[in-house]
Amino acid sequence: MTHKQLELQANEIREDIIKMLVEAGSGHSAGPLGLADIFTALYFEVMEHRPKQPEWPGRDRLVLSNGHTVPVRYATMARAGYFPVSELKTLRKFGSRLQGHPERVRLPGLETTSGPLGSGLSQAAGMALALRMDGSRGRVYCITGDGELDEGNIWEGAMFAAAKKLTNLTVIVDRNNIQIDGPTERVMPLGDVAQKFAAFGWHVIEIDGHNMDAIISACNLAKAIVERPTVIIAHTIPGKGVDYMQYDYHWHGYFANVPGAPPAADQARIALHELRTLGGQIRSEHE
Amino acid sequence: MIDPQQHLAPDLLSPEVKQEANRMGFGRGLLEAAHKDKDIVALCADLTISTKMDDFAKSYPERFVEVGIAEQNLVTVAAGMALAGKTPFVSSYAAFSPGRNWEQIRTTICLNQTNVKIVGSHAGVSVGPDGATHQMLEDIALMRVLPNMTVVVPADAVEAAKATIVLASHKGPAYLRLAREKSPVITTDKSPFSLSKAQVLRAGTDLTIVACGALVYQALVAAEALSKQGIEAEVINAAVVKPLDTITIVASAKKTGAVLTAEEAQVAGGLGGAVAETLADHHPVPMSRIGLLDHFGESGTPAELMEHFGLTAPHITAKAQELIKRK
Ligand SMILES: Cc1ncc(C[n+]2csc(CCOP(=O)(O)OP(=O)(O)O)c2C)c(N)n1
Ligand SMILES: [Mg+2]
Repeated sequence: MTHKQLELQANEIREDIIKMLVEAGSGHSAGPLGLADIFTALYFEVMEHRPKQPEWPGRDRLVLSNGHTVPVRYATMARAGYFPVSELKTLRKFGSRLQGHPERVRLPGLETTSGPLGSGLSQAAGMALALRMDGSRGRVYCITGDGELDEGNIWEGAMFAAAKKLTNLTVIVDRNNIQIDGPTERVMPLGDVAQKFAAFGWHVIEIDGHNMDAIISACNLAKAIVERPTVIIAHTIPGKGVDYMQYDYHWHGYFANVPGAPPAADQARIALHELRTLGGQIRSEHE
Repeated sequence: MIDPQQHLAPDLLSPEVKQEANRMGFGRGLLEAAHKDKDIVALCADLTISTKMDDFAKSYPERFVEVGIAEQNLVTVAAGMALAGKTPFVSSYAAFSPGRNWEQIRTTICLNQTNVKIVGSHAGVSVGPDGATHQMLEDIALMRVLPNMTVVVPADAVEAAKATIVLASHKGPAYLRLAREKSPVITTDKSPFSLSKAQVLRAGTDLTIVACGALVYQALVAAEALSKQGIEAEVINAAVVKPLDTITIVASAKKTGAVLTAEEAQVAGGLGGAVAETLADHHPVPMSRIGLLDHFGESGTPAELMEHFGLTAPHITAKAQELIKRK
């Protein structure tokens, strides 16, 4: 696919996400929408995988540490051919393989179960270590949220992955500057995420997480890094693609880390509510 | 008949009974306790609104501590604050606290005897569409096995408020289990609540139903249905799962000769486990236990899941009928 085609694919996935969430009546919206470009790049360009053979031993693996964003994974997997697109409408329903948070044992291709934040990076590191022991060329990708970086388990895994020189591990941080109680820099300031990972011994790349070229070249560059795991800090817009969130630059501004200019708490709250309910169409999971 | 001394809601069995999530009661109780005691502080891990610490945070911003998404940090910072004289309430979803940070709770709160109150919200399958990862079912068992820990599972929002206020002045570790969904409000401000006593809500002679949380309401509805069939069930609200009121439960078992437990949690190690242990020690009788039987939850609507896992009044009624045949 050309990068233009990939962008169109990402938009189709965004539409799927919105439809799925409206049909489900609840669920997280901001994170999944913001990750659509990255998921499209991974499944349609970067990763070696076989949708009809999800357990193919030679595959690259994707660990979704921030499990609440799983609608983007389900939509991308369906579009990539893992299961029928029509199944997306069963999201979060009784009996569905598409559980509210991803359950490995229910749907082939999920690699692991997540939802409780903070435990994906270490699992990805474990997979990378085991693949290296077996001489596999498969790579491991792990996606985490930025609020999720508050969890100590992330940094235990970060230290481990660098110590074991897991060059076959690429972590992508969804740097959208929000978490549930508000902007990350108000809730628990992360400060310079790049410097933090660098200090832990990682190769760090920062990109615009909506720029297809940048996503793909960062992932390719990571394959060439020796001695160190790579973290790609992807700056994304929460709710990317949804009109009432995007048309106004303030939407991003509310959550951006502008030193000395934190968003007004009330504005942020209203904005987050709009985003999480898709403008009143679904029930927010966190109110 | 329902004991008038319990001052239960008069419209308890009507379809119009008021519904409220018990986490709302916690939010009110915390605020009320905080007005009276300046040493009460509240800590949360990025779930302030949904665990209902928001009113406290607004009223007492200088006593509210946001720790970010870090549940191990949450309880250990709280233990430190307790060691320095504060009475911390810490909240998250039960799956993460006490789900994730159990050893920290064991050592720094229970063994250490620090005055920390752990509030686990969104417990049980009634969390609904979020699915198994978020439906905490093992928390009663996890907390109950810890020496020095008090475990409270309020039956409704009014009792949750009362329990919060009582726990605020009780010295020592405590766990308060809350639910996300609305459930019928069956108690009133006048209803008794004590950390050392289970409440006999309805007297009966044919079997005893010991329940906690939202299942207390279901047990009362079941008792009404059983009564129409000539079976008189005694219904006990065991909101305080630990220390379990052995005296009340054993006395009831002696009277009725059969005990059924009901909870929205794993029966292994849960209220069912606690009652079975007590009866095995003091007065074994035929028993049956309603709750999760070594299963995880899954996505679905709260009503679908309560039905699927047999946590409704008709299921309690059916189990009761089976049980009395074994007397
Ligand atoms: C261990 C744990 N604690 C709390 C939660 C509840 N929770 C779900 S999403 C979320 C915020 C995550 O922030 P971030 O990683 O930045 O993801 P985003 O909201 O940007 O998608 C929280 C606190 C959780 N899922 N797991
Ligand atoms: Mg975020």
